[in-house]
Amino acid sequence: MNIKRLSALSVLMTATVAFAADQPIIGLITKTETNPFFVKMKEGAQKAATAKGAKLLTGAGKADGDNAGQVTALENMVAAGAKAILITPNNAQAIIPAIEKARKQGVMVIALDSPTDPQSAVDALFATNNYKAGQLIGKYAKAAFGKKPVKIATLDLFPGHPVGIDRHNGFLNGFGISSDKDARVVCMQDSYGDQAKGQTAMENCLQKDPEINLVYTINEPAAAGAYQALKAIGREKDVMIVSVDGGCTGVKNVAAGMIAATSQQYPLKMASLGVEAGVKYIKTGKKVSGYTDTGVTLITDKKMKGVTSKDTKFGLDNCWGVK
Amino acid sequence: MTVQNPANARTREANSLLKRLNSTNLLGPIIALILASAFFATQSERFLTGQNFSLILQQVMVVGVMAIGQTLIILTAGIDLSCGMVMVLGTMVMTKLAVESGMNPFVAILAGTLVSTAVGFLNGLLVTKIKLPPFIVTLGTYNIAFAITQIYSNAQTQTGLPEALTFFGNTFHIGNTAITYGTVLMLLMYVLIWVFLTRTAPGRHIYAVGNNPEAARLTGIPTNKVLLFVYTFAGFIYSIAGLLLVARTGVGDPNAGATDNLDTITAVVLGGTSLFGGRGLIYGTLLGALIVGVFRNGLTLTGVPSVYQILITGILVILAVAADQLTRKKA
Repeated sequence: MNIKRLSALSVLMTATVAFAADQPIIGLITKTETNPFFVKMKEGAQKAATAKGAKLLTGAGKADGDNAGQVTALENMVAAGAKAILITPNNAQAIIPAIEKARKQGVMVIALDSPTDPQSAVDALFATNNYKAGQLIGKYAKAAFGKKPVKIATLDLFPGHPVGIDRHNGFLNGFGISSDKDARVVCMQDSYGDQAKGQTAMENCLQKDPEINLVYTINEPAAAGAYQALKAIGREKDVMIVSVDGGCTGVKNVAAGMIAATSQQYPLKMASLGVEAGVKYIKTGKKVSGYTDTGVTLITDKKMKGVTSKDTKFGLDNCWGVK
Repeated sequence: MTVQNPANARTREANSLLKRLNSTNLLGPIIALILASAFFATQSERFLTGQNFSLILQQVMVVGVMAIGQTLIILTAGIDLSCGMVMVLGTMVMTKLAVESGMNPFVAILAGTLVSTAVGFLNGLLVTKIKLPPFIVTLGTYNIAFAITQIYSNAQTQTGLPEALTFFGNTFHIGNTAITYGTVLMLLMYVLIWVFLTRTAPGRHIYAVGNNPEAARLTGIPTNKVLLFVYTFAGFIYSIAGLLLVARTGVGDPNAGATDNLDTITAVVLGGTSLFGGRGLIYGTLLGALIVGVFRNGLTLTGVPSVYQILITGILVILAVAADQLTRKKA
């Protein structure tokens, strides 16, 4: 009896969905509900959806790395009649079976911000080129240091994360270093992109080698932690910190001189491009494919010769979050 | 008339200390700490310095203070999964009121303290009045505190804090070593709680309630009042930890503290306090927090990737609980 009732209910629900189907439905699944980067991405998607007359469904994992939560959201969105789904995968591989199932039902799936593994598991990828983001700050630091002796600390993300690895390797490449084994890299620690953990990591690195004079950080919270650690020993003026992200707080820290330069990325653009592509697919049946670089800009107030950059005014105008 | 042989008395004293340490499972953690320190000292000449030790204390300060509340609760055979979130909720109230509303910073701190204490009180009410298991109660309030923090802060970090909120991050010098006021506060809190637990009747009641609540009740101890007090007081302690967190990082970060509940439990367990209640020493918890800090610091100094710290902590936690089980069976 219960089953009967349930099936009647689901028929009813499907029917309602079918009735509303003339309005394009697009889903957006972020890594978490709470990271301001994704909060902003959602805002961008909502804006684009409203402008295009589409209905936006949103969902997220419970925490960074929560794959099951994203799978549930994805299944629910397909059930709700979404024909295009944008997702920032928490787990590049574990999400793939759910994506395949959705695509088999005619749903176009676009990965935002982070790729799936393999990248071809989705129709398209709209994301920052993280290697290039790292490279830009590496080149900037190289231009600033020139032939001066350098001792580098890297405050990375966490083991094995592709975004962390790309930025780290990009930075080293930009600086002209080919491997982690290089003697100029004196300390590598995971910061989990967290200010308090970044601070602890930097303090310990400075204990290991007090002469560190260049710090690469995975993101701006980690950079703020590094700055806090340097300030505690009075070295905040003579150590250069470079970072990636371009959030409003981060850009403000660049303007305040805490961070020398940061590579800014554009979550709003990823979201609005994704929504536009989704609406186009639903209306015309034309899919997007391949990788779209949503761009990265070096933000600094101390320009270096031979390195293209914009100032913090531009950075603040284009940052995400509350200015 | 018997004349005490001072040497004998000393060995007896030492023996009884050893016994006491052994009965609370502190011997293992102390040996682990000494061995690890000795190893790190041979690997890096920077390890055994006052400055480095001060640094480790600063790094364990927030979890160390929170773990005081966790210890009190675990002594009553309870557990608190909500502590990190209760702390962060308090910090967001403090920082947002002080920065965005321009409130007098001391009033803002008081408001944050009240909010955290209130959540602790709520935990206590649910445990004592509705008799829900602490695990479930605090799992619920973990989520509630997290959600309210996110809604209240709109996931935005508060910066530009007034000096009063970051006071405990300031330092004074002993010789070349810079020591933060927050570290001193943490150590002071441990001393006070130690006196409270071992020298006062309410303190002993906490042990009694954890050991055997029914027996405690029959001897006239107001079991429910003790529990309600412990959970509320723990909430208050978390707000102090929050003040230290704000002082250390210089910001109000709504995404901090997510795994601090596990870190405090780790410290308590490594410090030899029994998860089954009634047995443990408050300074053991400080020791437990220090072990984690020493490994993280020492492994960085010797150039080992930070995942190994997590690996070693995991092994130590299992060893500590196993030791507790084994001595319990013997007893």
